[in-house]
Amino acid sequence: MWAYLERLWHRLGSPRHFYELSARWLPWLWLLAGALLATGLAWGLLFAPADYQQGHSFRIIYVHVPAASLALSGYFAMAVAGVVVLVWRMKMAEIVLQSIAVPGAVMCAIALFSGAVWGKPTWGTYWFWDARITSMLILLFLYIGVIALANAITSPVLAARATSVLAIVGAVNLPIIKYSVEWWNTLHQPATLKLTGDTPMAPEMLQPLLLCIAAFYVFFALVVILRVRVVILEREATSRWVRELAQATTARSGEGN
Amino acid sequence: MVFGSLDELIAMGGHGPYVWAAYLVTLAAITALCIAPLLAQRRQLREIARRARRDAVLKGAAAAQPISPETSE
Repeated sequence: MWAYLERLWHRLGSPRHFYELSARWLPWLWLLAGALLATGLAWGLLFAPADYQQGHSFRIIYVHVPAASLALSGYFAMAVAGVVVLVWRMKMAEIVLQSIAVPGAVMCAIALFSGAVWGKPTWGTYWFWDARITSMLILLFLYIGVIALANAITSPVLAARATSVLAIVGAVNLPIIKYSVEWWNTLHQPATLKLTGDTPMAPEMLQPLLLCIAAFYVFFALVVILRVRVVILEREATSRWVRELAQATTARSGEGN
Repeated sequence: MVFGSLDELIAMGGHGPYVWAAYLVTLAAITALCIAPLLAQRRQLREIARRARRDAVLKGAAAAQPISPETSE
């Protein structure tokens, strides 16, 4: 078992093997992400009961909370990849770090946007400079900083080291976001979900939320893997296996000429 | 379903514009996130194949026609 895991880890650390292995996971990931997203969002939008205080506007929670959760987890994953890049100089970690930035930024933007349109009917304003919302906006800027920095440096190795530093330093913002609703008096409500203790939410509202969060995680993994595969092709463009793959693929789809 | 009619579903008790804006923007973003890497992958593979063909042509030409003038005569 341990030997198998170790072998898997080494294979995943090689771009070529990752490319080949991930091709086998992709159909299942597409299916799972599609099914979970469709069920979760339809459940939240159409079948969950309306909130007795907020009415139907509370349905925004089913996109807001999963997106915000992924924005934080995505950044955390980027920081972890950054540590691996700086300590072990692992190529796949460089590629993963680079591949998380854009979907992470999009998740952060979805969280901010859905929060704004939820704020209007609930608080009477689209935007308020409270600690949670402001720290979330800073997270978006950090994501944009990582993307811009990666694009500004042509050497992939140097770009990876620079973005690793930014990702790690920026991770200090994560606990600030997480605990902002407890440390400061925010307009934003405290966390709905808790890993420990009772969740103050009716099960018929909670179940679709958990499903949506799971759906967003699977979807995020799918998008990151798709992007990793593109970066692998880009960085291994001159290697023989990529050339053969490219020629085989373009010949098969009739675009060889 | 908690909504009795399509009108109720669209109106959402007055919160329709907010709820639908949040969901539609999210769906658009999710779709874009899926499509972007697929297009990039196709572009990348085509470009790599094109370069591989060009290199093969250059190599073939170099083998057929030695560049140095001494050997050509």
